[in-house]
Amino acid sequence: MEHALTTPLTDEAVAELRAGDQVRITGTMLTARDAAHKRLADLLDKGELLPVDLRGQIIYYAGPSPAKPGKPVGSIGPTTSGRMDAYTPRLLDIGLKGMVGKGYRSQAVKEAMVRNRAVYFAAVGGAAALLAQRITAARVVAYEDLGPEAIREIDVVDFPVIVVNDIHGGDIYEEGRRRYERKVGA
Amino acid sequence: MREIEVSTIRDAVARLAVDSCCNLGADVLTFFEEAVEREESETGKGVFRQLLENASIARNEQMPLCQDTGLAVVFMEVGQEVHLVGGDLEAAVDEGVRRGYTGGYLRKSVVADPFGERKNSGDNTPAVLHTRIVPGTCVKIVLAPKGGGAENMSALAMLKPAQGRAGVLDFVVDTVAKAGPNACPPMVVGVGVGGTFEKVAYLAKKALLRDVGSVNPVPRLAELEDELEARCNDLGIGPQGLGAASPSWTSSWRSSRPTSRRCRWR
Repeated sequence: MEHALTTPLTDEAVAELRAGDQVRITGTMLTARDAAHKRLADLLDKGELLPVDLRGQIIYYAGPSPAKPGKPVGSIGPTTSGRMDAYTPRLLDIGLKGMVGKGYRSQAVKEAMVRNRAVYFAAVGGAAALLAQRITAARVVAYEDLGPEAIREIDVVDFPVIVVNDIHGGDIYEEGRRRYERKVGA
Repeated sequence: MREIEVSTIRDAVARLAVDSCCNLGADVLTFFEEAVEREESETGKGVFRQLLENASIARNEQMPLCQDTGLAVVFMEVGQEVHLVGGDLEAAVDEGVRRGYTGGYLRKSVVADPFGERKNSGDNTPAVLHTRIVPGTCVKIVLAPKGGGAENMSALAMLKPAQGRAGVLDFVVDTVAKAGPNACPPMVVGVGVGGTFEKVAYLAKKALLRDVGSVNPVPRLAELEDELEARCNDLGIGPQGLGAASPSWTSSWRSSRPTSRRCRWR
């Protein structure tokens, strides 16, 4: 099934999504990777305010290459989401609604997603130049010193992703593989 | 004795860095085109179509195919009749990486002091340089940028002779199964067998430089590669782990994404 989603994400929109669905996202997303996640977690540890409001937001796990003059952003494909697993449940618990990356999530992240009605999408790894074309503007909103790993707010139009984990417990990595796996001798 | 200026090597490395990150090799392009036709899953077809469009945008805009432009891994063969003049070879290679990654708008992904500040070196240096002294009067350079998401799927095993061929096959298939959806398509697997701890890793990395679609000239090994390819595809992982019947995997012992680029002087 195909969906066009606009941000911020609502409970109603997220409930419609099923693992394996193709989705095009229009609106704004935040980019953040390992280093930025660590800083956010440190702030939460200290009980301090975060530099960004995560409620209803989607975090895209990406550290872009430098933008050429006149372009909002350089190439920007997904990084491996497992890098963020240690920090993710806490962000989901304070209202983060979606994540875009690639690869497996931990059991703790999957449970936090179901608990908070949040969804995990995959973008195609290695399609970084194509994905850059779906971004119309980018602004650093925190941690500029982290360079490519700074938190950026990006405006996206028809950004193509696939639902990996939905709020109903569906997981395309498990379902897709089961469907196409061939046992030896079969 | 033939003299070659290290500045020539520096300029070649800078050019190769940009070329390898922005221009996908013909062997991988052909693989994607065939994969769109061959793939059974619609999702899988869609992934390969995106990768073809991505390659075209990257080439036209001269922007990197992948935001992770990796560590610059340089394989250099230096003829023993060559005298390198005009400076320090390793410094020239690093300067080439510095110029290529900075001028080409490539991402710098190297940090110093991993147990301290983890400060980005700012210019993607140092490069990883493998040199070999070979007969002749040529210098041959292959630059193979290696991204973290691909590199951290690597694995090494010390097998017992009793485990034999089956032990090797099982280890490779198990490593691919574990990588699953984390590795980006196409999943290209380099395998090294034999030697020591460091030698076998070098062999596996070098195996990635083979063209995608090439067949091993040793029949016994070609057969082994076919078997590995079939078993890995039977895992059903598919491109980006989204489930597919046909290869995200291409065939064993070969080239990685981004593609490598070669340069040679006679």
